[in-house]
Amino acid sequence: MGTQNFLWNVAKKYFTFGIIGLTISDRYASILPVRGSSMSPTFNPHGGSLTDDYVLVEKLCLEKYKFSLGDVVVFRSPSDYKEKHIKRITALPGDWIRTPHSNDILTIPEGHCWVVGDNSASSLDSRSFGPIPLGLVQGRATHIVWPPQRMGKLDRKIELEGLGF
Amino acid sequence: MGKWKTLAKAAIELAAIVAKFICLYHVTDSYLFSPTIVSGPSMLPTLNMTGDVILAEYVSHRLGKVGPGDVVLVRSPENPRKTISKRIVGMEGDTVTYLVDPNFSLRSRTIMVPKGHVWIQGDNMYASKDSRHYGPIPYGLILGKVFCR
Repeated sequence: MGTQNFLWNVAKKYFTFGIIGLTISDRYASILPVRGSSMSPTFNPHGGSLTDDYVLVEKLCLEKYKFSLGDVVVFRSPSDYKEKHIKRITALPGDWIRTPHSNDILTIPEGHCWVVGDNSASSLDSRSFGPIPLGLVQGRATHIVWPPQRMGKLDRKIELEGLGF
Repeated sequence: MGKWKTLAKAAIELAAIVAKFICLYHVTDSYLFSPTIVSGPSMLPTLNMTGDVILAEYVSHRLGKVGPGDVVLVRSPENPRKTISKRIVGMEGDTVTYLVDPNFSLRSRTIMVPKGHVWIQGDNMYASKDSRHYGPIPYGLILGKVFCR
């Protein structure tokens, strides 16, 4: 009878902490690992190293969905809702963009954005699946928290090549 | 001195209980179910134009168990801050035939829904802005399934 009570108490504590953790991670910020080298050298500069980078992703931006050029965002993949990707926004609704390898001009429709990985050579991004609706964005990465030698705030920078007019 | 200590302790306990309730509310509201008010003419006659209270559950779409015929709540692809309710007509891989603009002509188009997307249409085709205008939407925009009115 004593152990049952004890186990019940432990379960209750875990449940409470779980719910609190879930709420904080949904509404405020969470820490996520970055896999792959599509964002080198910003994340995982030596692709294939033993540890992944961890970033702090803040969710406060999801109230207003107001992003700026150069923000690094986490979004659900449009071709598979279970996967999450992390890329940089290079164009906002209403901007014009020149698609590489073809001379088309593309307008970003209302409510969408254009995301590109920093390592354009090996990055699956808007150049393959087109502009993504802002509703798919799950958060904005603001800081690298691991490894310690690269801990710090992320800059908003964009490659000038490939931008529209 | 002892009085302040007990007061502080009671205040902290109260704050902890309030915090736990807020978190419980958030988890239920996002992961289980919650009532919502929907309004607009695009889902007549299923849903009222001037506002209906519906219960939406947030479990099935995470398990991938929404399908054609379900009324779902989705985040609008044109404005992520707006939530709209429509019916799923086709899932990925289905071919959908639809009337492009039933107010003006009987022209219809057939399209195949790409991977990871769904085709949504309002029940009231004459006054509904849906996939016939902005194309198939990614499955990730679905917020929940409506199961009760």
